[in-house]
Amino acid sequence: MGIIQAYKLAIASILSAKVRSFLTMLGVIVGVGSVIVAVGFAQGSTKSISDQIKGLGSNLIQITINTRGGNRGVTLDQLLDFSDQHADSIAALAPTMSASVTAKYGTKTHDTTINGTSQEYSLIRNLKVQEGRFIQSIDVDLRQKVAVVGTAIVNDIFIDQDPIGEKIILNGQVFTVIGVLEQKANGQDSSDDDQIVIPISVAQRLSNQSVIRNFSIQAVDAAQVDAVMTQLNTFLYGIYQSSSAFRVFNQAQILSTLDTVTGTLTVILSGIAMISLVVGGIGIMNIMLVSVTERTKEIGIRKAIGAKKRDILMQFLIEAMVVTGIGGLLGIGIGLGVIKFVIGGLGIVPEVYSITWILLSFGISIAVGIIFGLFPAYRAANLSPVEALRFE
Amino acid sequence: MIRIEQLTKSYQMGGESLQVLKGIDLVIHKNEFAAIVGPSGSGKSTLMNMLGCLDVPSGGKYELDGQEVSGMDDDELAEIRNFKIGFIFQGFNLLHKLTALENVELPLIYQGLSTEERRERAIQSLEMVGLGDRTDHKPFELSGGQQQRVAIARALVTKPPIILADEPTGNLDSKSGAEIIRILHDLHAKGNTIILITHDPNVAQQAKRMIRISDGLIVEDVEVG
Repeated sequence: MGIIQAYKLAIASILSAKVRSFLTMLGVIVGVGSVIVAVGFAQGSTKSISDQIKGLGSNLIQITINTRGGNRGVTLDQLLDFSDQHADSIAALAPTMSASVTAKYGTKTHDTTINGTSQEYSLIRNLKVQEGRFIQSIDVDLRQKVAVVGTAIVNDIFIDQDPIGEKIILNGQVFTVIGVLEQKANGQDSSDDDQIVIPISVAQRLSNQSVIRNFSIQAVDAAQVDAVMTQLNTFLYGIYQSSSAFRVFNQAQILSTLDTVTGTLTVILSGIAMISLVVGGIGIMNIMLVSVTERTKEIGIRKAIGAKKRDILMQFLIEAMVVTGIGGLLGIGIGLGVIKFVIGGLGIVPEVYSITWILLSFGISIAVGIIFGLFPAYRAANLSPVEALRFE
Repeated sequence: MIRIEQLTKSYQMGGESLQVLKGIDLVIHKNEFAAIVGPSGSGKSTLMNMLGCLDVPSGGKYELDGQEVSGMDDDELAEIRNFKIGFIFQGFNLLHKLTALENVELPLIYQGLSTEERRERAIQSLEMVGLGDRTDHKPFELSGGQQQRVAIARALVTKPPIILADEPTGNLDSKSGAEIIRILHDLHAKGNTIILITHDPNVAQQAKRMIRISDGLIVEDVEVG
């Protein structure tokens, strides 16, 4: 019997018991659907986080000082000197100091993050202003209470109003808005657009902290990143005499850590989904065994008129494969629908479709059909024709 | 055509060996119309299973159409059934979900023939039993006699050297039964070899030769009709 004939037979048999076929498929539909959704979710989260990290700017190196205060702490001037000495490998250096504040404008308030920094920060973080201007050296030197606001703040408290020149109150201090940052994310709360940049010197006063713990450094190109990191480590070790007092890290390290985390997430989520596929496969085996018993007479007739073991085996195996294959396709469709309309549609994470996983889960559903169809099909193929014919 | 020597068949029943066929010697020639008769339990059904290659003997020889059949494996036997034997069963044994035409095509599918050739031969075969106008009917849409005629068409479609009819009229009223017997006579007249298994003496009288089985042995082998 030819393969095409076997497929026709399988489809006819599936169509002759639609409800049962659908119920048989359900396990595979749910299994494949959840694999697609799980992987889509994991990859969507990865994309959203790695986009944010990549958005930080290229060749970025960050320094975090761990020790508390003290006179031995590295100063901004020391680091600026260091950066001037290594001008061939360091493009820019900026201090950063973050704090949570409530911004007030008239009667409106908005909880956000302030970033105290210097002019170089705009270069390092690739921040541009869409209106007004960025912080400049003179603002830092003269401790000007000026602020550059993100679009999330504009959208929230400066509705239909030009914010430039307006006064906002941050922790009781009055600031003049001098610029609006170009939108980087989606202008939503808690995104990159939800921040206020002020001069570092003002931030130090505002938070009552003289020690700067964070610095962002941009290497001139990616090839220099490792060299600059080594130099920074040596320099800082010279100051602190301890490697645990500070940490020098770059984007590549963060990204590789992230990849490990999301890789694990993908494996765990898809592992759970695979279990439901196996459960679906057991369901298929169960129903196929019942079906073989019910069709004993048919098998007997087919064998009597000349069907070989191989023909009967193929008939049931292909039937199982067609059932799980259709189930797999439906599951993929439902999974993609959930990603598009639920996960992506509600903006939980970006929509990401993985062709690899779509093909893989279709392949797996066919494999489930073969693996779990094999035993019932083998049983059918080995029925004795005399006994099968006697079955009523 | 059929040559059987000292054919035996035993079954294991709860540790005891039950011998159903106790050494059958039988020769059936081409274009014979033979009836095998005997009461239930005589071993005639077992003999029919052996003749139809549905089961393998415990001992003895069975030569069918010049081929030694005893000792063949399941798939070789399936091929013999496919090419050399046309079965007609008491209960028709049609597949309910298939049309008359598809039922008749079935043995040809297992021979690997093309769709066109299958279709052509199946229609021919159905026309031969007078059902050329019922090709698209499912078994439940046909009377018992018509169903048995579909089964005969299915048995004929491979042009087998032997037609084995196991109580072909057993489930039919006398009128339909007579019709089936008439078709068997026709087939015999056209040169087919027919072996009829029955417990009904009136049906057996229709054959040209009667072989009576009792207790696993041939007890009578006479010309009739």
